[in-house]
Amino acid sequence: MSDRVGIVIVSHSPDVARGTADMVRQMVGTEVSLAWAGGNPDGGLGTSVELIMEAIAAAWSEAGVAVLVDLGGAETNTEMAIEMLPADRQKRVVICNAPIVEGAVMAATEAWGGGSLEEVRRTAEELSPV
Amino acid sequence: MADVLVSIDRTLIAALVGRVAEHVIAHADELTVLDQAIGDGDHGINMKRGFAAVMAEIDAISAQPLPGALKAAGMQMVMKVGGASGPLYGTLFMGLGKGLSDAPSRDEAVTAFGAAIEAVKARGKAQAGDKTMLDVLIPVHAAAAEGADFATLRRVASQAAEATIAMQAKRGRASFLGERSIGHMDPGARSSQLLVEAVCEVLEGAP
Repeated sequence: MSDRVGIVIVSHSPDVARGTADMVRQMVGTEVSLAWAGGNPDGGLGTSVELIMEAIAAAWSEAGVAVLVDLGGAETNTEMAIEMLPADRQKRVVICNAPIVEGAVMAATEAWGGGSLEEVRRTAEELSPV
Repeated sequence: MADVLVSIDRTLIAALVGRVAEHVIAHADELTVLDQAIGDGDHGINMKRGFAAVMAEIDAISAQPLPGALKAAGMQMVMKVGGASGPLYGTLFMGLGKGLSDAPSRDEAVTAFGAAIEAVKARGKAQAGDKTMLDVLIPVHAAAAEGADFATLRRVASQAAEATIAMQAKRGRASFLGERSIGHMDPGARSSQLLVEAVCEVLEGAP
């Protein structure tokens, strides 16, 4: 299981994050490690660096972790969370510049097929206009 | 030691942090109203949550020398705010902590402030004129580098925040509004102005 890239979903809304994770699970089952972080430290709309770090740890794979984010603050907080990881892990976490739901499903499908971290990111980002 | 900006001790650190937190929290509703106009309406709530978390740790924070105190305050902002302003203000505080000694000279403070602003630019991928907190911090830093007194710095901060009203947002949720972001003060510029005001007020009265 840990030879496949892991997926983390970060949304301002816990419902969106959980719902996206449900859709990913339906696609790829349990063979891809998957975690989500949604909501601010009080549980309201927003994102939490602490919860994002926990989600990355939960979805950790030696092959790396691809993170899908929704809006600006989610990206900034995810970048912060990545910088706070141990140095050897930082390089193996990437943020995909892709729409969160479609990107997560595409990234997870690529991960399930055994794609590398870079291939997973590229597959998700094919959904984004260049 | 005329070169030393102010003598930094535990009491002054507690006064600085306490006044900044109090000033921002007192204006939380105003920040939220500004953010409702061009953002997602959570800036006041988030800043209040962040500074309340800082105040909850005030004894541990002020027990440390200045660099450690700033790093600890920054870490609270990063972990507790819940929006982009957490990493942004956290980066500002931690950047300052990195560049300052326990008893900084004025020159050292100006240099550290400049480096911290560069770190905020990198964190937010933003520049001057993007209608962000940087549009207050950059002119205040420039004035400080020219030797402006605290009263002048406060005036510069106030004018700089006002100047964001005419700007079009290039970063953050406000940028989605395009030209419709013009005509509103940037909430991050306003919160940065509040920070500058509170710091100047305390340092002005410091021994």
